[in-house]
This record gives sequence, C-alpha cells and structure tokens, in this order.
Amino acid sequence: MKQEKYTISILVNNQPGVLQRVAGLFARRGYNIESITVGSSEEQGLSRMIIVTTGDDKIVEQISKQLYKLIDVIKVVELSSNSTVSRELALIKVGIEVEQRQQIFGIVETFRASVVDVGSKTMMVQVVGGTDKVDAMIELLKPFGITGLSRTGVTALRRGLSQQKTN
Amino acid sequence: MQAQMKNQPSSVLNDELREQLMQPDEITGSEILLRSLLLQGVECVFGYPGGAVLYIYDAMHDNPHFKHLLTRHEQGAIHAADGYARSTGKVGVCIATSGPGATNLVTGIATANMDSVPLVVITGNVFTTAIGTDAFQEADITGITLPITKHSYLVKKAEDLSSVIQEAFHIASTGRKGPVLIDIPKDVSANKAIFNPLPSVNIRGYHPTVMPNKLQVNRLVEAIQQAERPVILAGNGVIHADADQALLQFANTTNIPVTTTLLGIGGFPSNHELWLGMPGMHGTYAANHAIQNCDLLIGIGARFDDRVTMNTKGFAPKATIAHIDVDPAEIGKTLETAIPCVGDIKHVLEYANKKVERANTDAWVQKVQTWKKEYPLSFADSEEELKPQYVISMINDTTDGEAIITTDVGQHQMWVAQYYQFNHPRSLITSGGLGTMGFGFPAAVGAQMADRNRLVISINGDGGMQMCAQELAICAIHNIPVKVVVINNGVLGMVRQWQEIIYDERYSHINLEGSPDFVKLAEAYGVRGLRASNKAEAAEVWKQALDINGPVLIEFCVSQSENVYPMVTQGKTIDQMIMGDEQ
Ligand SMILES: Cc1ncc(C[n+]2csc(CCOP(=O)(O)OP(=O)(O)O)c2C)c(N)n1
Ligand SMILES: [Mg+2]
Repeated sequence: MKQEKYTISILVNNQPGVLQRVAGLFARRGYNIESITVGSSEEQGLSRMIIVTTGDDKIVEQISKQLYKLIDVIKVVELSSNSTVSRELALIKVGIEVEQRQQIFGIVETFRASVVDVGSKTMMVQVVGGTDKVDAMIELLKPFGITGLSRTGVTALRRGLSQQKTN
Repeated sequence: MQAQMKNQPSSVLNDELREQLMQPDEITGSEILLRSLLLQGVECVFGYPGGAVLYIYDAMHDNPHFKHLLTRHEQGAIHAADGYARSTGKVGVCIATSGPGATNLVTGIATANMDSVPLVVITGNVFTTAIGTDAFQEADITGITLPITKHSYLVKKAEDLSSVIQEAFHIASTGRKGPVLIDIPKDVSANKAIFNPLPSVNIRGYHPTVMPNKLQVNRLVEAIQQAERPVILAGNGVIHADADQALLQFANTTNIPVTTTLLGIGGFPSNHELWLGMPGMHGTYAANHAIQNCDLLIGIGARFDDRVTMNTKGFAPKATIAHIDVDPAEIGKTLETAIPCVGDIKHVLEYANKKVERANTDAWVQKVQTWKKEYPLSFADSEEELKPQYVISMINDTTDGEAIITTDVGQHQMWVAQYYQFNHPRSLITSGGLGTMGFGFPAAVGAQMADRNRLVISINGDGGMQMCAQELAICAIHNIPVKVVVINNGVLGMVRQWQEIIYDERYSHINLEGSPDFVKLAEAYGVRGLRASNKAEAAEVWKQALDINGPVLIEFCVSQSENVYPMVTQGKTIDQMIMGDEQ
C-alpha cells in the first residue's frame, strides 16, 4: 500500500513519563515518527501531542488502537489535512555578507516570514507555516549557505466547532 | 460502561476486619500498602526483601492478617504470583526490593504481559531525593518495564498510595488483563498519611469495552447460518473471561468444531466430540486441516500468534475471518478481519447464544471427525526405552485429566498439550507467548498456594528445572504438596529437535551433561525424590508419588531422540505437516 503522511493528535494526561510511553510505543512497534510536538491543551492537566507519521490506513488504525491501550492517553484523532490547520516554525540562520541582506529581506517579505536577528555576517529568519511553506523557504535560503536550522515540528488543530471533545 | 471496583472474595477478609482496615487512621505508607492489599482480598504475596522495602517488611512483621511467602529468588516469586493468578483468575501479587530485586522480576513481568495475566508487581526504590543520582541499588524499573507492563506507577507521596493501589488492581484485572507495576520509594513507604481509599475507581483514559456492538454480533450469527465449514479457534481470552460455559453452549448449539490454542486448552473440554485439539506448529492434523479448509474462522480470545498461523499468507485461505476479543488492537493486527466483535468474550457469547441456531454443518463435522480418527496423535512406543509421551499419557490416565498441570518450556510442554486431556479451564498453566523456561515449577507453587487440596503437577524438562529449582526449599518448609516431574532426556530437547530437522543434525550446545542427580537435589532440600527409567518403574514411582502427602520430585529418565510431531517448520502453511520421523 502507498505510504502517506498522517497527522495524529493525541490528548494525554500531563504525567511524568507520558512522552516516553507514547514514543516507546512507536519505536517498539516499528511505527515511524516524522515529527512530534507536545504542549499544553485547552484543558489543565492534559497535554496535546501532535505526531506526524508515515504509513497507510491500516497502520494508522493500529497506531490509534495501540495508543488507546495506554492508560494516560485520553483521545486520539487522525487529522485530515482539509479540516485542519497545521503549522510549524523554523529558525534559519544564513551566513551572508552585508550586501546580500536586501536579498534576504526580499525573500522574507514574500513569505511573510521575519528576520529575528542580524549579525555582522549572519541573519536569522523565522518562518511559520505549513510544512511545505517551511520547506520552500529553506530551499530558497540554501544558496546563501544555511549555518543553523531548527524546526519545531508540526502542531495542529482541527478547524471550526468540531474540535475534539475530551470525553 | 463505568468501571466499578471489583471486590474479590477472600478468606481472611470479613466485614469486621474490613471495617477495621477502612479506618481513616494516619499510618505509614507501608501500612497503607498492606491494608490496601488486604482490602483487595489478597490472600498471599510472594516476595523477597531488601533495603528499599524494609519499612514494608517491618510492617508485615506484626500484621496478623497479611500472608507473605518468602521465595528463594525474585523470579520464583513472580512466577508463583503468576501461577496463582492463572489458576484462580484473581490478581497475583509479588514484591521485591529496588535495583537487582526489581530487575530479577523482569522476565516474570514480560511472561505475564504476553499472556495477559493480572498481576500487581510491587517494587521498592531508593529515597525520592536520591532518584536519578545512581544511588545504591537504584534502577529505573518503571522505565525498564514500560514496554512489558499494562501500566505502571512511580508513587511520589504516601497519600497517593491507596488510590494508586486501587487503580492498579482495577487495571490489572479488567479489559485485557495484564501486569501493573507499582514502584514505591523508600521514604514513601516510611512517611505517614491518612488512609482514605476511594469509594470507587474511575480512570479517565481507561474504559475497556465490555458490551459488544450487537450489529456486529448479528453479522456473526448470520455468517454462521450461511457457513458450511465453520471452525472456532478459541484462545486464552476464553479462560480469562471465564467464558468456557458460554463457549460450550455456543459450540453445542451451532455444531461448530473447536480448536483450542496452547493457552486456550481447558477452555473447551477435550473429551467433547467437537474438539479438534491444538492448532499450529505442533497442532493436530484435524485442527490444522480444519482451519485450512474452513469457510468461516471464528477466533475467540485468540490473537493469531505466529506459532498458530505459521505462514500467515497461507493461513485459512478460504475463510472469512470473524474475531471476538476484548482488545480492539488485536482485531486486524495479523489477519484481515471481516467480522470484528469487540467486547468481553462472555458477554459476546452470551448475547450470541440467544441468537444462534444449529448451523448447516453435519457433513463438515463428519469430515473433521474422520480426520480426527484417521490421523490421531501418535508416537512409537517402546518396551526398552521410556518414552516421554508415554509418561504424560500415564500421568493423564492416573489423574483423569483432573489435575492442575503446569509446564515449563520445551518438548515436554508440547507433549503435555498433546497428551494430557484437559477438561477444565485454568488447569493447564504454561508460558505461551514468551515461552519462559523456569516458569513451570514456581508457577505450580503459586497454584498450589491458591488451593492446597487440589492435585498440582509441575512437568518440567531437565533444562528448565534448573532455572528455578531453588524453590524446592519453600515446598519443603511449607509442605507445599506439588508433584514436581522432571522429564529427563539429557538435552535441551526442543533445541535438539530443531537442530536435527532444520540444521542438519548439527547439535550445538544442547547437551545437559553435568546436570545434578535430581533425586539427590530434591533430597538436599528435604523433598522426597523418586526416579523411574522404564514403564514398570514409572507406574510404581508415580503411584507412590500420588500417595505422598507433601512435595515430591519424580525424575523420569526418557529417551533422548524423541521429536514432537506433527511439526510445521517456519515459512510453511499449517497443512504442510511433518507427521513423524522419516523412515
Ligand atoms: C529462558 C529461556 N531460555 C532459552 C529458551 C529457548 N529454549 C526453548 S525450549 C529449550 C530447551 C528446553 O530444554 P528442557 O528444559 O530440557 O526441555 P525439553 O525440550 O528437553 O523437554 C530452550 C533452550 C527459552 N525458551 N527460555
Ligand atoms: Mg530436556
């Protein structure tokens, strides 16, 4: 079957070790983790994890069932792209000469990104958006020489009123 | 369904004691632990002390109600708790100290986890202030056991203990059962807190499905009515759910043949004419061919393990798969499943039993009966040599299939599964999923502790017997009357068999030369030891052993070169069976 990207939203108890439980499950059952983000959710005591994985429908169904077996997992939702807003943030540092600065500002503007630091021979760019947009930004900056890159991984939330009810 | 706490019956726990224990006194964490365990109906805890659990052992010292059995190895303790749990259906409890005590439990936890055995495993840990400092005897046991527990707790405060214990028992014993670990730092067991157990347990992220989706069960009922060659594959889940009677009625009403997996054995009476025996790698001809030719395969509490399916691609090629299981993750895990029924197996079957009718299976049943008759299990018996299969048959004949049998892992285990006629659930106790050598004997101790009047026989290989033989000591001092059988073939028999058949008789490190004289070993511990090397002696010493009112070890010296047949080798489908030695 075709391997595709899936975004899974997991609501978990904010307990010590819960990240280890979830990540360990992926590792030992051979599921892929493309990116993982964790942070607080709309409810105190619960965290939301967003995992981007690759697989097929069957694998994703197994992942969901296996996740539900973890006692600290409250809710698992597979987020389809059209009903979901998903974003990541990247900080990209390029090594440049002063005369190239304007070029960078130009790229940054078209992407509605921002320059967050300027050094004598470096600039740091912050871009927020879907994975594709971040990828594109990185591609455009590559010719300048990327000397540092840090991506947060995807976080995501379902659009509209249908945000997952928490039991 | 909202999960309510289950109060298990117990001999010591009467209303008066319960009230006394429930008092909201300010007591130490250790006392909270003991009270909580007593309130859960725990009759006996298997354990081994050490630094990190000394407050707990100190609290045991003057507790008149709390019963603890000191094993001689933590592995013995946890396998005993496991045997207790499998034989009773109650939660087994064991306790060990931090570090090496805790790591010695790991094999037992994995064993219980694989076979969904309800255990509460208690470990001590170093002081909370020392955690993470590589303190003396510190081990991250919750981390180490994360992949092999149903759930685990590291308790940080004495006031959390009572609710954690309640949750642990609830999680261990409901849904798909399994081991739950509670790690208790030393200061938590020393500090005081008010004892305030919760009136009921409600865990937000834990709601096992009990009642089935009726539409799915109706689909199963329909499929049965249409099927011409249906087969039931019943597993461990039938026994865990106490669904044996419901299964019996289901099979009787529908007239569908039943095969039971290794761990499902006893879940359906083996003297029933619809029973086909065990399927899979060492399955019967009838069971394997029934599966390969069926048009509807109804898995009930069986997880289509690779030792059952062998080559999954060629498994049950003509069948629609229906699967009843309490664990939704098992459905579709290995086989494409057309009819999933998630729920407590007893509830599912009881509901189905109201709907099902006799299926159109007369011709099919007749066919599988012919297979049963034409290809029974067989071995080449001998008057010169004592054959291991003969010994198992003899044990069967002299106990009418009424004993609890525990096995270790190896050839003897398969021969027990094949030649002992189990008719009751919870009477075969064996490590199926993990295949843990060293399990059989301590598990028998646990089963015998649960019921001192039951005949408990532990059947071991000469290899595995040496992995937990130290527990002979507790049999001797507490007069735990287990009949400890050693099937001595002088080799790691199952490994020898693979090396003979698959590795061109290149026998590599299978010789058990240097094994102790098992009779003397038993006697060194103060346990009676008997030995037999031929049929006459076997009958004689076995009779003697059954008459002994206490523990006894019986060594049967058997031929070395017997193989377990039928056998399906890796990669083959289950109807590609080797039926016996090539002539
Ligand atoms: C702890 C452990 N180590 C290794 C094995 C691999 N193994 C499976 S069967 C077997 C041989 C067992 O020999 P014995 O106890 O003499 O029983 P027999 O097969 O001869 O009946 C071995 C080594 C295992 N199952 N468990
Ligand atoms: Mg042997």
